[in-house]
Amino acid sequence: MRKGEKFIEAFLFGCSALTLLTTVGIILVLSFETIGFFKDVSLIEFLTDTQWTPLFSNKRFGIMPLLAGTFLVTAISLVVAVPLGLVIAVYLSEYAPGWFREIVKPVLEILAAIPTVVYGYFALVYVTPWLQELFPDQVGGFNALSPGIVMGIMILPLISSLSEDALYAVPKSLKEASFAMGATKLQTVRQVLIPAAFSGISVSIVLALSRAIGETMIVAIAAGQQPRLTANPLVPIETATTYIVQVTMGDVPYDSLEYKTIFAVGMTLFVITLVLNNVSFWLKKRYTQAYR
Amino acid sequence: MKIEANNVRVSYGSEQVLKGITMSIKKNTVTAFIGPSGCGKSTFLRCFNRMNDLIETCKVEGQIMIDESDIYHPKVNINELRKSVGMVFQKPNPFPKSIFENVAYGLRINGVTNKKYIEEKVEWAIKQAALWEEVKDKLKKSAFALSGGQQQRLCIARALAVEPSILLMDEPASALDPISTTKIEELIYNLKASYTIIIVTHNMQQATRTSDKTAFFYMGDLIEYDDTRTLFTNPKKQKTQNYITGRFG
Amino acid sequence: MEETLEKPEKPVSRKKPKMTFESKGRTVYYQLQDKIFKYFALAATSLGLIVLVLLLYSVFSSGFDRLDWDFITSLPSKRAAKAGIYTAWTGTLWIMFLTTIIAFPIGVSAGIYLEEYSSRSRMSNLIEINIANLAGVPSIIYGLLGLEVFARFLNLGASVLTGSLTLALLILPIIIVSTREAIKTVPYTLREASFALGASKWQTIWNQVLPASVPGIITGVILAISRAIGETAPLIVIGALTYVPFAPTSPMDEFTVMPIQIFNWVSRPQKAFAENAAAAIIVLLSITFVMNAIAVYLRHRSQKKVKW
Repeated sequence: MRKGEKFIEAFLFGCSALTLLTTVGIILVLSFETIGFFKDVSLIEFLTDTQWTPLFSNKRFGIMPLLAGTFLVTAISLVVAVPLGLVIAVYLSEYAPGWFREIVKPVLEILAAIPTVVYGYFALVYVTPWLQELFPDQVGGFNALSPGIVMGIMILPLISSLSEDALYAVPKSLKEASFAMGATKLQTVRQVLIPAAFSGISVSIVLALSRAIGETMIVAIAAGQQPRLTANPLVPIETATTYIVQVTMGDVPYDSLEYKTIFAVGMTLFVITLVLNNVSFWLKKRYTQAYR
Repeated sequence: MKIEANNVRVSYGSEQVLKGITMSIKKNTVTAFIGPSGCGKSTFLRCFNRMNDLIETCKVEGQIMIDESDIYHPKVNINELRKSVGMVFQKPNPFPKSIFENVAYGLRINGVTNKKYIEEKVEWAIKQAALWEEVKDKLKKSAFALSGGQQQRLCIARALAVEPSILLMDEPASALDPISTTKIEELIYNLKASYTIIIVTHNMQQATRTSDKTAFFYMGDLIEYDDTRTLFTNPKKQKTQNYITGRFG
Repeated sequence: MEETLEKPEKPVSRKKPKMTFESKGRTVYYQLQDKIFKYFALAATSLGLIVLVLLLYSVFSSGFDRLDWDFITSLPSKRAAKAGIYTAWTGTLWIMFLTTIIAFPIGVSAGIYLEEYSSRSRMSNLIEINIANLAGVPSIIYGLLGLEVFARFLNLGASVLTGSLTLALLILPIIIVSTREAIKTVPYTLREASFALGASKWQTIWNQVLPASVPGIITGVILAISRAIGETAPLIVIGALTYVPFAPTSPMDEFTVMPIQIFNWVSRPQKAFAENAAAAIIVLLSITFVMNAIAVYLRHRSQKKVKW
């Protein structure tokens, strides 16, 4: 009996330790291939070159165009999702009647459950043609704007839901104090609730940012495959994630330099999202402490 | 006559919590509402600045006159009303802002932008709340850095900064230590000269120390309302007698 | 003795009072702002809903006509009108099945360990931070891990098994977190009662704690699986094919899944393929929504039934 108990506990521990192994695995795999990559390509070139052409005969290995593409799409998605998500959060937590909130919140969360390939379809088949009608002769069949907008819709529930939770967590007594001073709801929201819920709201934005950077299918379908250092949202670009998809869909031999590039790009993505996630943990810790 | 309540009835959904209260409160006096938990005293207090309106299921009937105007009249602007009827809550609830900005809040939401005027008003209000000596050097610091008692006086200063004529206090010292409580009580006594104050309290000593008149509530009814000294030394109703001698509550 | 105070039923007059609290310029201005914002915010919220409806409508309107029995039972084809999703949905079912039997026991066990066994040690702290971090790693990175470790190092190739192992790692954090949440709601008194009867720790967990937290655990697992079947990027990265002429018959077979099939069709310029994609999306969304609905229903029911 005793022995059995010990064995069970050891098994359960093994299962939870597996998650550590996953992280170690990710770091090892990425590091191993990335180190191989940097034997052939200098870190300086990787960080400073303005061209990314590993699949051409004239190979250049500057990560900047891929990151520029990633950040361009991400920035567009945040421009859509942050104001919209915040306004929705404020509306649901402060203005909407209870029944409306009960229905709308889960319905909006459906947006987060839709597979991203569906958003890619929507971006390419509906939003891009619509943008082309709006700005005739300026919008490419692939561009950053369309997937950016659609990605904004995808991360919208992340921002609206988490921000609403943060607004809701502000002690009711603060709201009462403000109303008792004769403040309107809008004044209370702007001057008391948003400052009080600020770290919670920033958590939601950082998490959304991290999601957007790592998002793959929307951009793989609608943004194009042309690494380009540009801020123009109307022309085709390529994001870091799309590049990985592009290479793995082709027939690239293991151990070739092309194969190693995807790990170097993956490492870059991993580091960026890791930093962002830990920023959000830190913010979250701060805001759970704020009212204790 | 500063405040006059006439047959005020309040219900939450189907539950009636105030069953018809009629009373009048004189200008520049302190009136204490006492009674056991759930007797309706806090609900009644919240009728005077219409805070009950924030609760969807809450229905207020009857009439409340402040300065001879009916505050439930359809033409009354609720935000205007709340600017003249200040409120201090049970637990200190300063905003997550600096000490200065807490007190300036009421002015800012009224659209006051004159920096000098705001500074003067803030100083004046903090002085009124007997807090100036303790905070004058750290006005830019967070209000959360203050002790509980200081926070409560800050909340009083915040309410006073917009110069209300009435101050409602909902058990303002119940979350504080004895020394802070004494300070708040002294403050209430001194503020009487300029404000009409209504204080809800569980603490009968507090009522005797601070108030001119006391109203005893029980189960949604106003049982007795008299000069504080009379009510505590010579109550006319048996229930009041039972309550003040500690037989229930 | 019943004491009542006289309540004069004086008629309430609301006529011609002195109006001290009438609207003043500033207040009216702020209240107007408030009202405008309210309608603006309602419009913004509606916009979110409208986009959802628009998205669903666009998919249904262009895919519904294409959706028939032949579409579901046909193999992929170079001709859009003949192509079907048979290999795709069988692949998805295989992935669903294998991923579940891999991730479910491991995830639940890890959840039990972290909630019931681990003390607040540095080790468990580390594991916790680690899980939170894993939940934020982009799914494509899991693909790189699966490609290198399962497909190459363990020589499993671009098989169903590689795909399932990769996705299992991906959804493990979700299952662990929801298992812990579910176990947390079981009150300590239940454990005490069991211990008092002489039950061992594991007997208590197995007989008392787990049965009480089953709805919560299942909800989490369903949501995790529904996430897994929508994943595309990690499977592409491990080498899952976009064109598979046969349905997989063993875990070692090559495969494709619904999202990859959709991706493949969307990427083609012909309009007929876009319609195929839309039809396949209807199927994929139906699966996703049904699973989410079941999860929401289970959660709702368990919250209602068990009131601790």
